[in-house]
Amino acid sequence: MTTPAPRSDDDGETGGALAGLAWALRRDLKLAFRTRSELAVQLLFYAIVVTLFPLATTPERTLLSTMGPGVLWVAALLASLLSLPRIFALDQADGTLEQMALSPWPLPAIVSGKILAHWLTTGLPVVVLAPLAALQYGLDGIAIGVLVAGLALGTPILSLLGAIGAALTLGVRGAGGLVALLVLPLYVPVLIFGAGAVDAVRAGIAVDANLSLLGAGLIVAALGSPFAAAAAVRIALD
Amino acid sequence: MATNWYHYASPVTFYPLAGRLAPWFAAIAALLAAAGLWIGFGLAPTDATQGEAYRIIYIHVPTAWMAMFVYLVMAFWSALALAFNTRLSAMMAQALAPTGALMAALALWTGAFWGRPTWGTYWAWDARMTSTLILLFLYLGVIALRSAIDDPRRADRACAVLTLVGAVNVPIIYFSVRWWNTLHQGASVSLTAAPKMASLMLSGMLVMSFAAWAWCIAAALWRVRAIILERERGSAWVATLPGMGRSAGVPGQGPKGLRSPPPSRCATRVSD
Amino acid sequence: MLEAHDLAARRGTARLFAGLGFRVDAGSVLVVTGANGRGKTTLLRMLAGLSMPESGEIRLDGAAVEPFSPALRNAVAFAGHALALKDEFSARENLASLVELSGAPAADAEIDAALERVALGSRRSLPARVLSQGQRRRIGLARLALSRRRVWILDEPVTALDAAGAALLAHLVAHHLDGGGLAVAATHAPLGLPPDRVRALSLD
Repeated sequence: MTTPAPRSDDDGETGGALAGLAWALRRDLKLAFRTRSELAVQLLFYAIVVTLFPLATTPERTLLSTMGPGVLWVAALLASLLSLPRIFALDQADGTLEQMALSPWPLPAIVSGKILAHWLTTGLPVVVLAPLAALQYGLDGIAIGVLVAGLALGTPILSLLGAIGAALTLGVRGAGGLVALLVLPLYVPVLIFGAGAVDAVRAGIAVDANLSLLGAGLIVAALGSPFAAAAAVRIALD
Repeated sequence: MATNWYHYASPVTFYPLAGRLAPWFAAIAALLAAAGLWIGFGLAPTDATQGEAYRIIYIHVPTAWMAMFVYLVMAFWSALALAFNTRLSAMMAQALAPTGALMAALALWTGAFWGRPTWGTYWAWDARMTSTLILLFLYLGVIALRSAIDDPRRADRACAVLTLVGAVNVPIIYFSVRWWNTLHQGASVSLTAAPKMASLMLSGMLVMSFAAWAWCIAAALWRVRAIILERERGSAWVATLPGMGRSAGVPGQGPKGLRSPPPSRCATRVSD
Repeated sequence: MLEAHDLAARRGTARLFAGLGFRVDAGSVLVVTGANGRGKTTLLRMLAGLSMPESGEIRLDGAAVEPFSPALRNAVAFAGHALALKDEFSARENLASLVELSGAPAADAEIDAALERVALGSRRSLPARVLSQGQRRRIGLARLALSRRRVWILDEPVTALDAAGAALLAHLVAHHLDGGGLAVAATHAPLGLPPDRVRALSLD
């Protein structure tokens, strides 16, 4: 049934990259769909964290609308952090990660597909849920629009940077706590520009600078972090 | 000494070199620190508005500078370690991390003590203080990752990747924190006479900076010696070091106890 | 042709092996034996390009190859301890996904035929969760059969297989060698191949 034929190396790297990205994206989305109750739990986590803050402080509207953008963003950071083990840890445990690293497709492309799937299944739901949470905090229409735009640009960066931390902590002692220590400091600029955008619109200042910076950050992270995460995956397999 | 750098890229040859250099750097650090403190606390004039409290800058500013600079040096060694797979570079990066973290912690501590009389509070979310705090978190992350991984080779490379990712992020973090700070009109402290700071103040600060520099080098060299010994404890050259053969008084602590079992030399036994 | 020259490995500070050298020609299988902890898995992971040797080099058709180099990734099929199966996927989905990942996608009919051959035809739609360890191993055999790779690296391939499964494995490997492939296997159980095909390497 097999005829071991040497496979030619000459299929273009870009073709292989797209195929690898598409394979990983399809597979991880399908897996996520089969385990969708886990995703629902993570979204509930976001909703509950957002609900806790007024209980811990005050239901007073002006204070809530001041705190709101920050709280909604911090909750998005924590929700992203909570979901990071989904990117690589299960695949490492069952050996799929080895097979990915040995695939002829470029590993950064496969990693990109996994990160994209991670964002679609954990980041995007937060973006969609955020307007509801924002209503709890008394944000007005424009502020909610800016919040959603910021989250749409910022949460992919969280997935991209988080993937590096998730790959670096594969199989190490206390990975869960460690990944927070590694990743949260890197999240700081996203938090500042994202929450800052909503603050700016509430203060009547132009928000395009904040959103442009988030967009630029997204491009840089999308170009850089798949390579760093792929390097970290290879180190973890060694 | 600079004839062949590759010669010193091996832990075996670097170990004695580091041992010879470290005391010199430590002595330089002590002399400069003595001179700097004398200038700063004895000769430099009292600040017009901040009184004597400003004198903490002779510690604060050099440590804050070193906290940033050490991270750059660490990133440099990490890049070398990843690019050329050199063990010594990774060990240098490992040796620098605690020193950098200490510098960041000192900068924060002295900053808080400077803030108390100046702003009336220990912590004021000043842009530089906040970013130094995040820098401290980055250092602690590298140290924690190192200690969480058992295999030194994997730890070397994982920490190198993390350090480089951090190095790319540090300027972005500084920029973002400064941005946030101006948006919220946070406090910022500066010397009242900053543009033409009394030349004595400036020279005191420079001398103290060189002292911090020399101290960091000495500390890193001593630490890298310890790391080399720990990593190479199984190798023959460590067993021949003076002192290693004399420690037989403690059972199981001598070179015998340190040496790993001899490698099994495998020839191919091919049976057709 | 796969060669190793002066390979050394260590785990932590302990040397596993040093000065290891061998050559596996097309059409033959190298069977690696050794007590637990001698570094069989480490050696196999090095040959697959997953792990960097402490020193020494690995050559594929005479050219030195680095870990994760494209030449290795296009030549090697690696079957490690972990089977790379997802509990949530059916046998069929698992196999199709892995075969596609190896860069040589197979038609649905080929996938079904391969599952039929490893006697999983009737169970192809069941989630891998409910399959026995031996049945899961058989999915791995079907993957090898479809892999179209010249170099098979097999870590304890006989584990959990019943007599019929072991015979199937022997048949697959023999077929692979007939087609000009080569294999390296760490195993204690005999593979059931003709002796002229087998070369032995002991790490003890």
